[in-house]
Order: sequence, then C-alpha cells, then structure tokens
Amino acid sequence: MSVRALLQSRWLPALAVTAIVVLLPLLFPSMYYYRVAALVFIFALAVVGLNLLMGFAGQVSLGHAGFLGIGAYAVAIGPVHFGLPSWLCLLAGAAISGAVAFMVGRPILRLKGHYLAVATLGFGLLVAIVLTNEAGWTGGPDGMNVPTLALFGWRARGSSTWYWIAGLTFVVGFLLARNLMESPTGRALQAIHDSEIAACVLGINVASKKLTIFIISAVYASVAGSYLALFNGLVTPDVAGFLRSIELVAMVVLGGMGSIFGSLVGAVVLVVLPQGLTIFHEYEQALLGLIVMVFMIFLRRGIVPSLAASFAGWRK
Amino acid sequence: MAELLQFVFSGLTVGAIYALVALGFTLIYNASDIINFAQGEFVMLGGMTTVFVALAGVPLPLAALIAVIVTTAVGFALHRFAIDPARGASPVAGIMITIGASVFLRGLAQIVFDKRFHSLPPLFGSDPIQIGGAAILPQSFVVLGGAAIIVVLLRLLVDRTMLGKAVIATAANRLAARLIGVNTRHIVDFSFAVSAAIGAIAGILVTPITLTSYDVGTLLALKGFAAAMLGGIGSAPGAVIGGLLIGMTEALSAGYLSSNYKDAVAFLIILVVLVAMPHGLLGRVKVERV
Amino acid sequence: MRAWQSITASAVFALCALLSTSPVSAQIKIGAVLSVTGPASFLGDPEKKTLEIYVDEINAKGGVNGQKLQLIVYDDAANADTARTFATRLVEEDKVVAVVGGSTTGATLAMIPVFEEAQIPFISLAGAVQIIEPVRKWVFKTPHTDRMACEKIFADLKSRNLTTIALISGTDAFGKSMRDQCVAVASKAGITIATEETYGPRDSDMTPQLTNIKNKAGVQAVVNPGFGQGPAIVTRNYKQLAITLPLYQSHGVASKQFIELAGPAAEGVRLPAAAILIADKLPANDPQKPVVVNYTKTYQDRTKQAVSTFGGHAYDGLMILVQAMERAKSTDAAKVRDEIEKTKGFVGTGGIVNMSPTDHMGLDLSAFHMLEITNGDWTLIPGT
Repeated sequence: MSVRALLQSRWLPALAVTAIVVLLPLLFPSMYYYRVAALVFIFALAVVGLNLLMGFAGQVSLGHAGFLGIGAYAVAIGPVHFGLPSWLCLLAGAAISGAVAFMVGRPILRLKGHYLAVATLGFGLLVAIVLTNEAGWTGGPDGMNVPTLALFGWRARGSSTWYWIAGLTFVVGFLLARNLMESPTGRALQAIHDSEIAACVLGINVASKKLTIFIISAVYASVAGSYLALFNGLVTPDVAGFLRSIELVAMVVLGGMGSIFGSLVGAVVLVVLPQGLTIFHEYEQALLGLIVMVFMIFLRRGIVPSLAASFAGWRK
Repeated sequence: MAELLQFVFSGLTVGAIYALVALGFTLIYNASDIINFAQGEFVMLGGMTTVFVALAGVPLPLAALIAVIVTTAVGFALHRFAIDPARGASPVAGIMITIGASVFLRGLAQIVFDKRFHSLPPLFGSDPIQIGGAAILPQSFVVLGGAAIIVVLLRLLVDRTMLGKAVIATAANRLAARLIGVNTRHIVDFSFAVSAAIGAIAGILVTPITLTSYDVGTLLALKGFAAAMLGGIGSAPGAVIGGLLIGMTEALSAGYLSSNYKDAVAFLIILVVLVAMPHGLLGRVKVERV
Repeated sequence: MRAWQSITASAVFALCALLSTSPVSAQIKIGAVLSVTGPASFLGDPEKKTLEIYVDEINAKGGVNGQKLQLIVYDDAANADTARTFATRLVEEDKVVAVVGGSTTGATLAMIPVFEEAQIPFISLAGAVQIIEPVRKWVFKTPHTDRMACEKIFADLKSRNLTTIALISGTDAFGKSMRDQCVAVASKAGITIATEETYGPRDSDMTPQLTNIKNKAGVQAVVNPGFGQGPAIVTRNYKQLAITLPLYQSHGVASKQFIELAGPAAEGVRLPAAAILIADKLPANDPQKPVVVNYTKTYQDRTKQAVSTFGGHAYDGLMILVQAMERAKSTDAAKVRDEIEKTKGFVGTGGIVNMSPTDHMGLDLSAFHMLEITNGDWTLIPGT
C-alpha cells in the first residue's frame, strides 16, 4: 500500500492511536511518566464517552464525574463490603452506571441547553453528596482503600502495568466510538445535533437515541472511574465532584468537540500541563486559566479540528 | 413556631445571597446567550478588593466604590479581550472561556490578595433583630433589599431606556440588531460590565454574612447558576425567586430532615421542578419555528 | 481531513510528552507535597512558607552535614489523586531523600504507599490518628491527632462537670475525622453525646442546626469539630441565637484570625491549642517558650502575616528531619529513618516530641493547652 493510500485509509486513526500507545514508552525515563500517561489514557476514555454525548449528540453534561464516581466506588465497595472480585465489580459498576443513566436520562434529556446543564450538574452533585455522607459504606470524605485488581492470581499493580491496561482499553474504546459514529446511530445523532425537529421529521426516535448515547457515555466514564480507583488503590468523593466534571468538559472542548482524537489531546493537555506548570509555583493556577482562555480564543473549535483545518488550508 | 420562623429566616438569609449572585447571570445571558462561569469571581473580587483596599487605610465606603469600579473594569475586559475575539464560536467555546477566566481570576486573587478568610463589618450592626422568638441579622434585610433594588433597576433599564431596548434587541437577533444600527459589541461589553458590577455589589453586601476568601466564588457561582436556571434564565425576578427557593429548601431540610443532605434535597427539588417545567419557573418559553 | 486530524493530534501528543525535569545537583533534596491552593490552603500556605524560610536559614548556616538543602514543593490543591502523582514524581524524577508534607489526611493516605515502596522517610503534617495508627515503618507525623484534641476537650468538660454535649461538625475530612474520634472516646471519657448536626464547609448560615441543638433538652455544652471559616460562622450564629451554653472549638481554628472573624461572639469560647498560640504568655521557664517565640518572630517578620499553628507543624517536621540527618551523619534513608524514630526531647512548636518504635508522633496530652478567648485574646486556663 502506498503512503498516500495509507494516509487516506479509514484505518489511519486506529493505527495512529495504537502506534502512540505502543511506542510512547520508549520515551519514558521513569515510572513517573508511565503514571502520567496512564492517567491520560484513563481520563481520555471518559472524555471519549463525554465527547459522544456533547460533541456528536450536542447534549451538555456538567455532572459526568458522577458516573466516574459510581465506577470508582463500585470497585471499592464491592470487594471491601461484599467480598466480590474486582473485575466483577468493574462490570457491575458499568452496569449500574448504565442503569442510573437510563433512569436519570429519561426525564432530564427532555431539557434543552442550559437547563440540561443544570440538571446534569444537580445529578453530579447528588452523587458526590451521597458518596461523602454515607461514610459507613464509602469511608466518608477521606475515602476508602481499593483492593488491587487480581485475575487468576496475577495482580495489576504498578504504573507500567496500568499504562498498558489503560492504553489498550483506550484503543478499544476509541475504535468502538469511531465505529458508532459511522453507524446509522451515529448519523442519527449528528442529525439530532444539527436540528432535532428535522431529525424527528425524518423518523428518527430522538428521545431514544439521546438516551442511548447518554447510557454509552455513562458506561465509558464508569470504566474510567473504576480504572482510576484500581490504579490509585484509593478513592475519595472528589472523584465525583463538580470540579472534576468541569475538568472533563474542558478536556472535551479543548481537544475538539466531535473529534474522538481530540478527546485524547484534551486529556493530554489537562493532565500533563499542570505537571509542567509546577515550575511557576504561585502562578500555576493563573497560568492554567490563561492558557485555557488563549486556546479557546485562537483554536475555538478545539485543538484538533482547528489545527487540522489550518493545516489542510495551508496545504492548498 | 419560633423554630419554624428561625428556619425561615435562615432560608431568607441564604436565599437572598443566592438571589443576588443569580441576578449577575441574567443580564449577560440576555445579551449574549453565554453563561458566565466567572460570575462567582466577580462576587469574590467585590468582597476581597474592598477588604484589602480598606486594610490599606482607605475609608470603607470609598473602598467599596473602588472595588465596584475595579470589578466592572474586569468584567468589561473579560468580554472585550477574551470573549469578543472568539465571537463566531459555538456557545460552548464562550462558556469554556469564562471557565478559563474564572480559574485565571482565582489564581490571580491568590497572589494579589492572600489565602485567608476575611470579613467586612455589617451595614447596620451585628445585633440580631428579634421577631416572634427568632433572631435575624439586619444584614439579611440589606441583602434582600439589595436584590430587590437591582431587580427594579434592571426592569427600568430594559423598559425605560434605549440602552435596555438595545440589549433586548441584541438578545433577540444579533444580526438584525446590527442592521438597525445597534453597536452589538458595545452592548455586550456593557452587559458584562453591569453584571460584574452587580456581582461586586453582591460580594460587598454578603461578605458580612458569608465571609470572603479567594475561592468563595466557586460555590456561590454554582448555587447562583442553579438559582438562575430554576427561576428561568433571563428573568430577573425568576433569579430572585429561584435563589430564595433554594435557600428555603436548604434551611428547612437542615432543620427538619437531615443537615447532611440539605444540599441534596435542594438539588433534587431543582431537578423535579425542571422536569415538570422545562423552562424554569418564570423562563420564557422559546417556540421553535421551522 | 481525517488524516490531518490524526497527524496533528499525534504531533501535539508527542510535544506534550516531552516534559522538563528538574536539574541534577549535589544537594540534599527534600520533597514536600502541600495543599498550597484549594480548600486546605489555610494549612498548606503557611507550611510552604515555613519550609522555604527555614531551608534558607539552614543553608545560610552551612547546610546539613556540609551540604546544602534543596526543597522541592508541589501543590496538590487538597486532591488525593494529584498528591499521589506528585509523590511518584518526587520519588522517581526528583529523587528526594525524605519528604515533609501531606497537609491533609486524604493526601497523606494517598501518598503513603508510594513512600513506603520507595523506602524513604515521610513526615506527615496532617491530623488524623490513622496516619500513625497502626504504626508504619516509614511514616511519622508532627501535628497532634484529632483524638488528642477530643480527649483534651472532654477532660476540660469533666472538670467543669459538663457531661452531656451536642456535636456540630463540618462535613469536610477534618471535621468528620475529629467527630468520629470524639464519638469513639466519649464514653471512656464519661461524656454523653445527646445530639449531632453537620454543616457544609462553605455554608454561610448554621442557624437551623443550632436551633435544633438549642431545643434539645439536657445539652450542657457544644463542641464544634471543624476548620476554615465554618467555625467562625457557627460561633457568630451561636451568639445570634443567644445560646449561652459553653462552646468548644477544635484545634483546627487555632489562629488569631478566628477571633477576628468571629468577633465579639468569640468571648468565652474554649479550644485546645499548642503553645505557639500563646507564645508571649508562656511562663519564662517553659521549655517551649524560646522555640515558639523565635519561630513566631521569624515567620511574622518574613511573611508579614500572623503566625499559624500549621506552619509550626511544618517547622517541627523539618527540624526533626534535619536533626535526624545530622545525628545519622548521612542521608541514607534507612539511617535517617532510624534516627527520626529515636527523636527524644525535641522541643518543637507543637510540644516536646519523644518518638519510639511504637509511637511515630511523640506528643502526649501535655502538648495541648486549653485556651479561652477573653477580651479578644487568648488566655491560658491554668493547670492545662
């Protein structure tokens, strides 16, 4: 296959992402880098899900960290209080998140725009409040320990192990998302994003499609949350907090709404940048805010779409 | 009975604070469809600037005035230098810029001010007023009064001045407004500046009750935003009613149900109301024509 | 379009992956992960300032064992996740020999596994008793535990014949942890908890909760585990509702600022605090006096801010570490750890520290003094 054909094939994004995951460790001088990269992939997974909801279906969610929290605490409460194996709790967490998304989504997805934002905000806060208060189950504000994931005697510990787990899961999630977007459901969602009424007229079941994508994005977030908890060995209610939800939204918007690849870039920026900004000490927060503003002013469609558009224009 | 009255007073106090913050979201939303997440920081700037200018020896009323002017300038700058350049972008980009601005302002406040808590003296003393066996602070009435005055002023602005009409025109259809000669950029500048001023005044009035610090804005913005949406975004009376409703729910839940879950009850009520009334309590129902 | 998206994304990703690392040098590297910003900046900010001031002072006097100290501080903004990442960074990238830090219990607990695995000594600056109970080989702490605060308060209550109390606590980690400890030691101390209320750490009005407490029959005193601005508002609301029962605050508000914020409502409030708060009122023969007076003066001169007990804990942590390094005459982690464990008679701002293999904090109840606020200032209650 010629280089040109490769560059234009549909498999390029998949290959690119797999290449990144496989080749990146060659650049890592220490475990610290593995840890940061593992965190990037974990968040990127949640961001892909949120991007499906926000970028493709056009529904704002300011409480998505709530699902992160459900997944994270599922792998904590299950093993500690019920003695269940971690992998089962991970799946259970995803199932519970999906179920909660179904129950919460039915009523609130009828809301539009900022009203939906507030409703999802309320949902996220409710999850965080329950996690903080039910100390008997959740360990309260200081959180609880999460037993290590063990499968047939092999224990998943250490930054490099989790790098591979997170990275490969991200590749799978990435492929699934792209697949979804190119399927009839994906096209229906884009139609809904453009105009709900027109989509309705075309015979698309708007409510059901929106609910489907809400559930899918909840499951993505739940798996990411479970990974986060298992990796850290510790979980606190912050994982479901308002600031965490805003962080996820920022990753979606910065990377590029509607760009699955952008999800990865958004996660990279918001996980890696604070690490790099530590040299500025006192000014770290102010600089972070400034950088976010600058990115949005100059790359207003998000990093990946804006850069890609300017490169494509440049070529001509 | 005295107990219920005390809970009601608490609800009014806290509700008035949320109402005052919620009002700041109204004007900007009306003019530009943007939810300004930096609104909480305007409240913070009002309180903190007053405290620090007063600490430098300036008499309190003058310090308050300076704080309002500084915050107004910040609001204007936010629109002119951050949001206006990104004019063509989707509303989400605008919201993200305000989120970036809120982080930026918080980070700057830590450096310029400090990380401790501060207070301002209440306007009419700190002796509580006894009514029916329950005690309420005079400052609570000041906050309520402030909210009421601002609602009236906003109404007057919109109904009686050309400027206000121009704001409504810009909100209804930006292109059409420009075509009839409205300088929409100035109008949105103006709305940001006024919202910043409202935020600053809110900060100065509520600090005697809530205390202030560099990150007081985050929670207040959250509750204020929720209050504004509950009341119907874009409606000033709605913002006040939304704020009072949330405050009352919190106080009554804390008193009668469980102090642990008072916030949860408030948000549950918001969810229920929004599901039943998708445009909030007093929000304008937008009819989508095809 | 798709191709360019992929290529640009990969390029950006690769670019971001190239991080700078701190330069290598022949200094003794000490790490610190503190909550300099965020909800616990009340704790982390004075801690950071203290560490920086005293590392400078030590270096100006020639350093430790002839080598200069290099302090590497990261800000976790009270987020346990972030703390964990920075802990890994300190160990893997910066290659520190010891760590003084962890402003909050959550951050400390998140970081402990990293330092235990790396086998470097970790002196925590957080309050909860779980940090040193069970004793972990590499983990120490300088602040008094929340359990000690409860015990001190309960002892004072008993001496005033007050045995039935109400608790009103913040739902933040500090408030919750101390509330749990108070509940745990109450019956042994002969105290009955008649009712409990909670408030959010950023709430502005606690009158509903206090009204419920006021209306509960038999309550003789109220204890408020919490920190930050919450206790100041609780105290103000207390006066607003004209509740006359004795009010006890926690060591979390032990600062002059609390008195300023609570205003006249603070009169008569009691709390357990370390000697640092009453530096100038200590009797001349108190062994802590020179240490706390000196620390207070240095801190206030250099930062132009009032002294804070939390900064004092950081001072204690740093000094214990430095003295251990000097006694060990090396920076070898195992030797330094052993010397830290052998700390005896160290006079710090928090008290006199005597560590042992079964006690990695080294303070007892005498490190706390019971203070009462009278005429807008602290007074020491005699015999406590």
